[in-house]
Amino acid sequence: MRLHEYQAKRIFEEHGISIPKGRVAETSEEAREIAKELGGEVVVKAQVLVGGRGKAGGIKKAENPDEAGKIADGLIGSYIKGHKVEKVLVEEALDIKAEYYVGYVIDKSRKRPALILSRRGGMNVEEIAEKYPDDVIRIHFDPLWGLRDYQVRKVLYEANFDSNEIPELLKIAKNLCTIAFKFEAELTEINPLILTDAGFVAADARLNIDDNSLYRNPELLKLRDATEVDELEREAVLKGLNYVRIGGDIGIVANGAGLAMATMDLIQLMGGRPANFLDTGGGLSDPQKMRMCLEHVVRDENVKVVFVNIFAEITRCEKVAEGIVLAMDTSRRIPHVVKLAGTNEELGKQLLREFAERSGAEIYLVDSIEEGAKKAVEVAGGGV
Amino acid sequence: MAILVDERTRVIVQGITGFQGKFQTKRMLEYGTKIVGGVSPGKGGQEVFGIPVFNTMDEAVEETGANTSIIYVPARFAYDAVLEAIDSELDLVVCVTEGIPLYDEMRVHLRLENSRTVLIGPNCPGVISPGKSKVGLLPDRCFAPGRLGIVSRSGTLTYQISENLTKAGIGQSTVVGIGGDPMPGLTFRDVLEMFEEDDGTDTVLLIGEIGGSAEEEAAEYIATKMSKPVVGYIAGVTAPPGKKMGHAGAIIEGRKGTAESKIDALMDAGVTVVQSLQDVVDAIRNIMQ
Repeated sequence: MRLHEYQAKRIFEEHGISIPKGRVAETSEEAREIAKELGGEVVVKAQVLVGGRGKAGGIKKAENPDEAGKIADGLIGSYIKGHKVEKVLVEEALDIKAEYYVGYVIDKSRKRPALILSRRGGMNVEEIAEKYPDDVIRIHFDPLWGLRDYQVRKVLYEANFDSNEIPELLKIAKNLCTIAFKFEAELTEINPLILTDAGFVAADARLNIDDNSLYRNPELLKLRDATEVDELEREAVLKGLNYVRIGGDIGIVANGAGLAMATMDLIQLMGGRPANFLDTGGGLSDPQKMRMCLEHVVRDENVKVVFVNIFAEITRCEKVAEGIVLAMDTSRRIPHVVKLAGTNEELGKQLLREFAERSGAEIYLVDSIEEGAKKAVEVAGGGV
Repeated sequence: MAILVDERTRVIVQGITGFQGKFQTKRMLEYGTKIVGGVSPGKGGQEVFGIPVFNTMDEAVEETGANTSIIYVPARFAYDAVLEAIDSELDLVVCVTEGIPLYDEMRVHLRLENSRTVLIGPNCPGVISPGKSKVGLLPDRCFAPGRLGIVSRSGTLTYQISENLTKAGIGQSTVVGIGGDPMPGLTFRDVLEMFEEDDGTDTVLLIGEIGGSAEEEAAEYIATKMSKPVVGYIAGVTAPPGKKMGHAGAIIEGRKGTAESKIDALMDAGVTVVQSLQDVVDAIRNIMQ
């Protein structure tokens, strides 16, 4: 789960990291009011959960309250990289002496948390790492002992940071780690961290929380906003479905992420275009769940045919078949290619055969993924 | 020979009195796995299919001489269950549980580093040495004894490919599902090392997917240390970047973790990388005949 900048900043401030003065506005009048309070010159920032907001026109400087109002008016209700702007953050414009980067990630290949520091703030960290590999400092540390002062001091001295800056950088780094551990963050960063006459200020804030840990910090759930641009993907998140839109015309429903991806790949290999990825998850035994998955897939108007690929173990084929019947009765009826294998396979197939005979529904039962992919591509009218 | 589990494997089921625990215990027993005990705190003294249930792992291990455990415990309690299993000094712990918090997994790894225990998972289907033992939920009918080793990140895809192989007459020495989480216990590299040393394995199949860098690390090992032929298949060539494809670890972040980079790394290491499921069977048949 990713937090909005203004939400993350509130948490940063509560944990001793300085942030620019400012507030969130939902109307241009509010934005003008806030700019007035802040003394005129401000930065107006769209609160959307996308990277590269600045380049896409989501961050603008205003010389006076009126201009701030106008910018807010233009931003609120507009779309940035497909995300609707509902709020803007109006903040004091900072007097920039230097821009740094401070970030925290879990390095999954080393299974350790890592603090990342660089004197090159403003760009994203991958860009910094690629262009200026020598300017990126990484400190891997033990999650039980936490980040120790000496570890940070050592690298800062080695990298010739100004010794006046070191105590404050150390404090910020440690506070960032405290936040990360408290909220179980996968990533949190300050970019840029701006040096002003009054010290360091976090000009931007990012906080991504591990979804699996949210039950331990339930207050964060109230801050949740879907990051998905696509309407169907957004809905899928709320329904708890593993769905990704790919863009073609062959819908894919499989039980298992690997199987669903392999099915997608095979369809493309055979000259077709996968419309989506939908993993029903393991142990599917509720026909209503299957119905929900299929209804979701056929809501994409581009989908001409659905390929249901089930390898049943704990999953039971007849329950899957019941779900298919339910979905074909209640939603847009299009051809279904179905591969059922495993537990109660014959029962499931029988159910589908009977339903097709009774209702005239177009159902093609296949015995292998290859056969199914070929059939789906053929029905969709593409292929080699 | 086989790796990780065989006829001598003596298994404790952690969470044996739960719905999944009970169901899977029955299936493992039917396969011939030596389940010697179960653990469910507060249920000590009961029996499940004639198997004694204990309150603690220490007690279970002491009474039964078990060397392996399988964990069917909900995500919120799985961290504790894994630590308990490591503390009772087992050789192998298989954790099936899905949705364990990242910080719990990270701390588990610290504990593993100072222990004798090997962890498979979490969020994995487990491990089977066909005809010998199954510790996990892999469907029996897909597997047959043979000399191909399989290591994979995803469940149903592994079942499908294994079934195709079995039908084509290609049996397996051991099949290991390492799971779809971003920080699994055993990695591709670890399992490849075991297969390299195993007398019962001639060829290895690696089933990877987008996300992370485990396949690239495996490629490095294959290029420098591995003498046995490896066939590779990577799922997710058509996956768009930035989208989580079901598994927590299956996501292309930035420029990292694409199917192309994995396929390239494996091909550079001399792996026969195939494009589709059917090609897996053909490629392995060509190598093993």
